[in-house]
Amino acid sequence: MKELLLVFWTFFKIGLFTIGGGYAMIPMIESEVMNRGWISEAELANFLAISESTPGPFAINVATFIGFRQFGVLGSLVATLGMVLPSFIIIIIIFKIYEKVIGSKTVKAVLNGIKAVVIGLILAVVANLAVNELFVFDGDTFVSVRWASVVISVILVALMLIFKKKMHPILLILISAVLGILAYGVVPLIFS
Amino acid sequence: MVSLLKRLKLWYNPYIGIIMEQTQNKRKLNKYLDLTWTFFKVGLFTFGGGLAMLPLITKETVEKHGWVDEDQMGDILAISESTPGPISINAATFIGYKVGKLLGAACATLGLVLPSLIIIILLSLVIDWFLGLEYVAYAFMGIRCAVAILIFNAAIKIYKKIQKRYLTYILLLIGLAITILVPQISSIYVLLFGGLVGGLEFIIATSIAKKKEKKKTEEENKEDQS
Repeated sequence: MKELLLVFWTFFKIGLFTIGGGYAMIPMIESEVMNRGWISEAELANFLAISESTPGPFAINVATFIGFRQFGVLGSLVATLGMVLPSFIIIIIIFKIYEKVIGSKTVKAVLNGIKAVVIGLILAVVANLAVNELFVFDGDTFVSVRWASVVISVILVALMLIFKKKMHPILLILISAVLGILAYGVVPLIFS
Repeated sequence: MVSLLKRLKLWYNPYIGIIMEQTQNKRKLNKYLDLTWTFFKVGLFTFGGGLAMLPLITKETVEKHGWVDEDQMGDILAISESTPGPISINAATFIGYKVGKLLGAACATLGLVLPSLIIIILLSLVIDWFLGLEYVAYAFMGIRCAVAILIFNAAIKIYKKIQKRYLTYILLLIGLAITILVPQISSIYVLLFGGLVGGLEFIIATSIAKKKEKKKTEEENKEDQS
C-alpha cells in the first residue's frame, strides 16, 4: 500500500512539473524513477521507443509502462491517475480565470524560466543516453566505442536533417530498428 | 429549413414529434458518453500525443460536435501548452469541463487515457519475452539511438518557442550542468529554481523600469518648473 502510494505521489509530482509537452517528463523520470531503481536507463529508452510508436499520449504510455513494471495492472492505473490528476485540477481552476492567467506577464516569465531549464534538463538526458549507447562501460571505466551505434546515429541524424518535418517519429524508429538488425545481427553474421 | 420541416412534422404528426423529442433528450443524457467516445477515438488514432493530437481533436470537437469554436481552440492550445501536464490531457480536460463540468472533464480524460492503458497493459504482459528475442534486441540497439535523437528534437522544439534572452541561456546551462554534475538533485527542484528566477527577474526588471520612468517624469517636471 505504502509503495503504491509512492508510485502515485511520484507520478503526481512528475505530472505537476511536465511543462512543455510529454518529453519534458523524461528528466524527472530519470531523477524520480530511475534513481529509485524502478527501471534502468536502457529499459527507459525501450519504453520511450514503444510509447512513441503506440497510440495515445506519450506521457500516459510511459506512466502506464512504469506503473505496470512496479505493481501490475493496479500500478499502471495508479501511475496514470497520478500523472493525470495535476492537469485535471489545474485546468479546472484555470478554466474560470484563464484570461487573467494567460495574459499575465509574470506567469509568462515564470513559465519561460521553467522552459529554459527544461531544455537544459532534456539535453542532459540526451547526453546520458548518447554516452550509454555509443560507449561500452564496465562499471565506471571506459571499455570501447560501439561503432555500429555511432554509424546508426550518424545515418539517423543525416536523415533527420535531410527530410526534417517529413520524417515522422515512427518512421525514424522503424528505420532505426532495421539499421539495428543490420548492424548488430546481419553484419557480424557475414563477417564471422 | 430543416427545423421548419421538423415543426411541420410535429404539427401534422404528433407521434413523430414525440419520438424526436425523446431522441433529443437521449442525446443530452449521452453527452458524457459522447465525450468519452470522442476522446477515446482521439487517443486510439494518434501517435505520440501532444501536438500530434490537435488536428483530430479540432476535427472532432469543433467541426463534428461544435463543443468549442475555432477561436477558443486557439486559446485551449495556448493554455494546454503553458500549464503543467501532458498537452493532450490538458486540452481534453478543458473541453470536457466546458461541455459537462466536472463529470464532463473526467469523461473526456478517461476516454483519452483508456486506449493507452489497455494497449500498454497488454504490451507489458509480453514485453519481456518480446525484448528477449535476439533480433528484437538488435533492433532496439538501433531504436535507442533514434530515441536519443527524438528527445533532442523535443528540446529544439521547446527552444524555438521560448523568448531568447541572456537569462534563457543561463538557465539552460544551469539545468544542463546540475543534471550532469549533481544527478542526486531532483530535477523538480531545478525546474522550481528556473521558474523562481524567471519570475523574480521579471518583477525586478519591471520595477526598475518603473522607477526610471518615475525619475524621468520628475526631472521633466523640475525642468518645466525651472
